[in-house]
Amino acid sequence: MTMDEVELEIKNIDVFHGTFQALWNVSLEIRRGEMLALIGANTSGKSTLMDTISGLLHPANGTIEFEGRDISRLDCHEIVALGITQVPEGRHVFPEMTVHDNLMIGSYSPCARAKTKPNLERVYHLFPILKERRKQIARTLSGGEQQMLAIGRGLMADPKLMLIDEMSLGLAPIVIDDLFKALKKIKETGITILFVEQNVKRTLQETDRAYILETGRVTLSGTAAELREEAKIKKAYFGLEECV
Amino acid sequence: MNSDIITPVLMGIMLGGLYALIANGLSLVFGVMRLINLAHGDLVILGSYFAYAILTLLGLDPLIGLVISVPVMFCLGFLIQKYLMSKAFAISSETPLIIAFGISLIIQNANQIAWTPLSRALNTTYAQKSFFIGELQLPLIYLFDFIAGIIVMVLLHVFLKATYLGRAITAASQDRRAARLMGINTNRVYGYAFAIAMISAAIAGVFLGMTFPFTPTSGTSFLTIAFGTVIIGGLGSMLGTFLGGMILGIFQTLGGYFFGSASQMLIVYLIVLVILAIRPHGLLGRKG
Repeated sequence: MTMDEVELEIKNIDVFHGTFQALWNVSLEIRRGEMLALIGANTSGKSTLMDTISGLLHPANGTIEFEGRDISRLDCHEIVALGITQVPEGRHVFPEMTVHDNLMIGSYSPCARAKTKPNLERVYHLFPILKERRKQIARTLSGGEQQMLAIGRGLMADPKLMLIDEMSLGLAPIVIDDLFKALKKIKETGITILFVEQNVKRTLQETDRAYILETGRVTLSGTAAELREEAKIKKAYFGLEECV
Repeated sequence: MNSDIITPVLMGIMLGGLYALIANGLSLVFGVMRLINLAHGDLVILGSYFAYAILTLLGLDPLIGLVISVPVMFCLGFLIQKYLMSKAFAISSETPLIIAFGISLIIQNANQIAWTPLSRALNTTYAQKSFFIGELQLPLIYLFDFIAGIIVMVLLHVFLKATYLGRAITAASQDRRAARLMGINTNRVYGYAFAIAMISAAIAGVFLGMTFPFTPTSGTSFLTIAFGTVIIGGLGSMLGTFLGGMILGIFQTLGGYFFGSASQMLIVYLIVLVILAIRPHGLLGRKG
C-alpha cells in the first residue's frame, strides 16, 4: 500500500443548500491509508462537504472521484456500496434498536453482508464494551458508548474510506482519548479516515494532514506539522482560540 | 359471573384479532413514513372485493384466493409508493395525505361502479358455523379472526426483527438520514413497507368480509376503527396494536350488550378518549 496513491479526489466543487452556496470551488484529495482532518468553525461547510462525498448532497459544479471513478451523481446507498461510510455528527444511532441490531444495519450493503461475521468480531474486539452491551437498547447508552456504536456501525459496512463527523462533540476528554486510540487502530487496518473536528489542537496532534475550511472555502492545507507552525491558524480560529 | 356477559367479552377479544389485522398496515405505514394513510380502510375493503371477485368468478375459497390477491396488492402498494407517494413527499409532508384521500375516493367509486352500492359478504361454509366453549356458542369465524390476527402479528414481528429488509424498514423509521448513510435505499424500503401494508390489508379484507357484510363505503368506518386500535395500543408497537384491537373489540361488544348496537361505537370512542387522557402515547407506544 502506498501512501501517495490518491483514493478520493474532489475537484472544484460548488454545493448549494437551496439558493445558499455552502461550498465554493473546494478541492481536496485524500490518499489511501491516511488520516486526514477537516478543520473549521460551525457553518464553515465541513458537514456539507461530508454529506456531498456521501451522496446526500450533489455538487452543482465540479467532480468527486473515488478510485478514479466520478461518484458525484451517485446516490447515498451506491456510495456506501463502493466503500465510503459516514459516521454522522451527533452519532445518530437507531435509538430503539439494540446495539447488536444497530451493528447489523451497518452491514446492510450487499457487499458488506458476506463479511458480517468477521466485521462484527472486529468491532467487538475494538470496542469490547459494545459486546457487553450488545442486547441493550441504543438510546440507553452513554454518549461515548453511542459514539463507539456509531463508529462500529460504520465499520460493519466494510469501508475503504470512513468519514467521521464531529466525533468528540460533547464527550469527556478521557473518552475522546479512547476514541482517538480506536481510530488509530482502524487506520492500521488500512482504512482511510477523513474526520471533521472543531478542536484544532487535538486534531493536529492526531492526524497526518489537514485542510482548513472557512465559510465554504479551503483556506489552508498541509501536514499537521506545517499547520501547527502556521500562525494563521490562530487568526482563522479566533473563535476557538482556547483550543489552540 | 353471569354467563350472558361472558359471550360478548369472548367475542370482543376475538374481534380484536380482526381489528388488529386491519390496523397493522396503518400502523406500519405511519411508523415508517409518518404518513396517515387515509386510504387504508378502502384498501382493506378493496381486499374484500378482490376476494369476492375471486369467490364469485372463479369459485375459489377466499383464503385460497389470497394466493392471487396478495401478490397483486403487494405490487399495487409498491407502485402507489413509488409513483405517487414518494413524489408527493418531495413536495411537502401534507401532499401525501391529500394523495391518500384521493386514492380513498377512487377506490370507493371504482367499487361502486364495479359492484353497485349493495352490501356483499364472503359466504363460505365455515363462516356461518359455530363452536362451543362449555355451553357458550360462538361464531367460528371470530376464532379465525383471532388466530389470523396473532399469526400476522407474529409474522410481521419476525419479519421486522430478523430479516435485512425488515431491519432496514425499522431503521428508516427511526432515523431516515442515518439509514441512508448505512447504505439503505430508503425510497425502495418505503416502497416495500407500503407493499407489505397492502398484503396485510388484503388478508384483513378477507377476514373482514367473512365476518361482516361490506359496501363500497365501509372502508371509512374501518379506518376509524383502525385509528382507535392504533391510538390505544400505541404507535410502533405490534403487541400494542393487538391489545388495542382487543380493548376496542371488548368495549364494542359490551357496549352493544348493555346499551344496544346503536350506541356500541360511541362507547368505544369514549374509551379511546379516556385511554388517551391517561396514556397519551398509548398503552405500549414509546413516548415522544
